[in-house]
Amino acid sequence: MIQVLRGVSLEVPDGQIISLLGANGAGKSTTLKAVSGLLKAEAGEVTDGEIIFKKERIDQQLAHRIAARGIIQVLEGRRVFQHLTVEENLRVGYLGSGGELMIQKGLEDVYKLFPKLAQMKQRTSGFLSGGEQQMMVIGRALLSDPKLMLLDEPSLGLAPLLIQAIFKIIQQINIEKKTAMLLVEQNALAALEIASYCYVMETGRIVMDGPAEKLKENEDIKEFYLGLSKVGTRKSYKEIKHYKRRKRWLS
Amino acid sequence: MLTLQFLTTGILTGGIYALIAVSIVLVYKATRIFNFAVGELLALGGYFCYSLVVWAHFPLWLAIIGAMLMAVIVGALVERLVLRPLLSQPTLTIVMATLALSSLLSGLMLMIWSGYVVTFPRNLLPGKTLIIGDVVMSNELVWAFGIAMVAFAILAYFFNKTKTGLRMRAVSEDHELSMSCGINITLIFAVTWILAVVLGSLSGFLLGNRLGLTPAITPLIALRAFPAVLFGGLESLVGAVVGGLTIGILESLVGGLIDPKYGEITPYIILLLVLIFRPEGLFGLKRIERI
Repeated sequence: MIQVLRGVSLEVPDGQIISLLGANGAGKSTTLKAVSGLLKAEAGEVTDGEIIFKKERIDQQLAHRIAARGIIQVLEGRRVFQHLTVEENLRVGYLGSGGELMIQKGLEDVYKLFPKLAQMKQRTSGFLSGGEQQMMVIGRALLSDPKLMLLDEPSLGLAPLLIQAIFKIIQQINIEKKTAMLLVEQNALAALEIASYCYVMETGRIVMDGPAEKLKENEDIKEFYLGLSKVGTRKSYKEIKHYKRRKRWLS
Repeated sequence: MLTLQFLTTGILTGGIYALIAVSIVLVYKATRIFNFAVGELLALGGYFCYSLVVWAHFPLWLAIIGAMLMAVIVGALVERLVLRPLLSQPTLTIVMATLALSSLLSGLMLMIWSGYVVTFPRNLLPGKTLIIGDVVMSNELVWAFGIAMVAFAILAYFFNKTKTGLRMRAVSEDHELSMSCGINITLIFAVTWILAVVLGSLSGFLLGNRLGLTPAITPLIALRAFPAVLFGGLESLVGAVVGGLTIGILESLVGGLIDPKYGEITPYIILLLVLIFRPEGLFGLKRIERI
């Protein structure tokens, strides 16, 4: 058994976008899977501590029950049901007990948000472009009318323009539907732009947190996550030692 | 003229093979498990029907409904007692478990119904032998084919138009993704097994009505569906139907026109050829690879 996360403590207040930053292997995705219950399917478990959603403990519940409560995880890498059409993919997302009318209403909402998807309802989703798939995947999550969306690297592998568009839509969903979001990102710049509060993870623990505006100004964040060093100075390998020392200090 | 006769018989028998093939493919698609107990499960379904007709003197339609209800229970039990405890174990372990299940069921059937051949009363299905031109079609076969086709139509509707059907298709593509979308996949697995056992039982009745039932031989007929499944591609329901019909036709043509002995082995020769030249089958799903 391997312990991946320790002492991770974070909070997503109603209707806010909270972002979780960190390098590869820091445990961001594992954190999301622990919340959504998907960890159990990988024979993982939450051995200590608790996860509370709307005043109820959910850490021992099964994934589909957690989803029914309104927590939907959008997996990393825009995973689609390749052989289903776009509309079928979206329909899979519907979890309510309502009939066809309710589903149609949900679909229309998604098509309003992503007009492009409306034009390719009947296309096999495996053949969509990366950006279209990402839109579809977010739309699929929206059909369940979630209270909290766990977004795992929505910008991964997309062109800069598309990243902007996706983040704009994430923000729009948050504002219009008051959906709370926990956003995992490596693209720190974009995430800090729309999030209100940020946590930074390294090797399974949270090493820093604070309001997004504050973190944006933090020297370490600037250097390690935004790739900005002091204006005008060129990066040099002499500073590597310094870099490593400060990185150690961070963790 | 004989060719036409054998062709017709082949298509009609093929309907039953297709039914068995679909039962195998359903389970494989959803769970990646090749169900080796399919033969015993179908024999069991046949026996249920037999018992209700002969022992309980139910009218046929009621007996079939009763047998299907029993099949639902058997399917649910198999999923709950054999497969769910093995969830997330290696596939080979689970496939072995289906082999164990097949031995268990075959012993059970031997205990209850003995090893002798039991036959359904004659002329159980209404209607007479059909003669069109020079082609003779036994009413049993016509019924069997018709029932199989109705079952496929219902299945097609189920998969394309209902929520559960859509979820089953989703689960058959990606388990983790389905869970992240809030699908209860254990429930879907249960529904899958129930459907598969019901289809198997239906074919068990159709076969039993034609050839009689024994615990030793009836399950072997399901072996004919294996080439059908591989011929069509393990993951394709349409392929299973086409494969079933093709095997039926070839078996009947070769058996009738060349030699009955060769008819028996034709399916397996096809199986070998398919495995050598087109291991993914005719309708095997193409992996969509974006570049």
